[in-house]
Amino acid sequence: MVDNTIISIRDVVKRFGSSVLAVNNVSLDIKQGEFFALLGPSGCGKTTLLRILAGFETPSEGQVLIDGDDMERVEPNKRPVNMVFQSYAVFPHMTVRQNVAYGLRVVGTPKPEIDQRVQESLSLVQLEELADRKPDELSGGQRQRVALARALVKHPKVLLLDEPLSALDAKLREQMQIELVHLQQTVGITFVIVTHDQNEALSMADRVAVMNGGNVLQVASPTELYEYPNCRFVADFIGKMNLFDGQVVGVKEGQVVVRADAITAHIGDISVPFGDEARGKVGIAIRPEKVKLDGEEPKDMPIRVRAKVVEVVYYGNESHVFLQSTSGAKITANIKNTSRNTHAGIVKGDQLWVSWCPQDTLVLTS
Amino acid sequence: MGGTFFFLYFPIVSLIAFSFNDSKRNITWQGFTLRYYEKAFENSQLHDAFLNSLTVAGVSTTVSTIFGTMLGLSLYRFRFPAQGPFEGMVHLPIVIPEICMAVAMVAFFFTVEMPLGLTTITVSHIAFSIPFVAVVIRARMAGFEQSLEEASYDLGANQWQTFWNVTFPYMKPGMVAGALLAFTLSLDDFVITFFTSGPGSTTFPIKIYSMVRFSVTPEVNAASTVLIVLTLALTAVALVIQSRSQRKIDHG
Repeated sequence: MVDNTIISIRDVVKRFGSSVLAVNNVSLDIKQGEFFALLGPSGCGKTTLLRILAGFETPSEGQVLIDGDDMERVEPNKRPVNMVFQSYAVFPHMTVRQNVAYGLRVVGTPKPEIDQRVQESLSLVQLEELADRKPDELSGGQRQRVALARALVKHPKVLLLDEPLSALDAKLREQMQIELVHLQQTVGITFVIVTHDQNEALSMADRVAVMNGGNVLQVASPTELYEYPNCRFVADFIGKMNLFDGQVVGVKEGQVVVRADAITAHIGDISVPFGDEARGKVGIAIRPEKVKLDGEEPKDMPIRVRAKVVEVVYYGNESHVFLQSTSGAKITANIKNTSRNTHAGIVKGDQLWVSWCPQDTLVLTS
Repeated sequence: MGGTFFFLYFPIVSLIAFSFNDSKRNITWQGFTLRYYEKAFENSQLHDAFLNSLTVAGVSTTVSTIFGTMLGLSLYRFRFPAQGPFEGMVHLPIVIPEICMAVAMVAFFFTVEMPLGLTTITVSHIAFSIPFVAVVIRARMAGFEQSLEEASYDLGANQWQTFWNVTFPYMKPGMVAGALLAFTLSLDDFVITFFTSGPGSTTFPIKIYSMVRFSVTPEVNAASTVLIVLTLALTAVALVIQSRSQRKIDHG
């Protein structure tokens, strides 16, 4: 198979001053044509990593290769990547057309080619009509399209996007998510997006790198990240998670046997077909939507806990039921309101049975 | 408040009003005339003084705008040790009593054995205008979005192209405002000019002063009125430019 890696980040470390470690020994390979997301809470080093790719920061250690070329000492204006800034950074004194043409003009592209490529780029983001407007006559979403067109007109090998949707309102954000994915499929350029919004990363990216404290914790597809997080942080950061402290007490037929006082007091140790290398102290986790609630004890479910309803929060399409088990553990169950009366049966103070399948259970080692 | 207004503006209003007074002595109202404006315009000494003022203001504005802009820009751009004290020192000439500046200037020119004249006036004006321009530019750049420059590099421009295409257009209104400020300051400066002028280098305000010492005629009023109108007009232009560019920042 041909090597189709477009960006290779090798052992990159970035320190600011002597005390701040922004990026801690990160190695990543990003494939040609991929929609790649760097996801993490603010201050996790994701933006620093993106700025290292763009050339605005120099790594303290390590190496960055773009399309096989070492980027050390390559200035931002000589790199085959372009960036869409969080603030869009659209030049305020230039029209939309001048903004888009800028990157070609400064490198001396012939005028007819500029005109043609600017036109293509504007039509790609549906801005032809507004080509002669100034940025202060545009909405936030339109300005972002200008920033996109301005970067894409350069035909970069990689497009870097720094929190591109964070300044848009919720409705527009959802629409732009879909448009960005379409755009990426149309132009076939590798997109690397930085975001703190897990929904954004899951819905848009082919692969996601979850970062925290300068480290990359897990690189995986959205499904894998959600269903098989490799640590407590990823499990908790992506979506919601019920987490219990537990302990591995043995291995039996490829399954780990775990004991967690909060949930296994009634049923005894449970066997889980996941993380068979786990030993010692572990976290036992279950997604709220994979939890079932019953009035009667579901004897056929291997994992079941008696719990009292503390609070019910109604969201229309679903209800979040917050429960407390007899041993004091907090459990959340998300109930789909598939018919009008689904949620009506559950009220605060009810004593219910919470149950779930062993195969949905996660055992998290770190 | 009415009292304050009266106190502030009565002298100026009466000055302007009496410039139209048809009387040799400036005491009682005798009737409207433009005779003294004509007389002022025909006064060749006043003419020369006005030309001197314009020359000094023109040269000192040009030089101080260039240097002040560079100073203001580097204060914004660079972080260096002792930046706080340095910024304070930039502001100092604005605060120092003018008379002290004037004496310091004269002492300096004596030390370097520079004969007093239009050159020394111009040099002094450059010296006291630079901080004003620098402060205006510094304030303007405080609202500058750094990612605009990064975007420019990112799109393939070098530092020089980035400066001319992105930074300079943003800075321009500040430069115009700073230049107008420097021009106005130079045009109506008296104390420093008085100290650093030599024979044959009389500027407009100094000429008016010498005329007043002789006698306060409506001609002096007329000349002063011209200076007031000119200064006000320039200040108004500077304010309009500043507020317009401010609006642009708020929108963009």
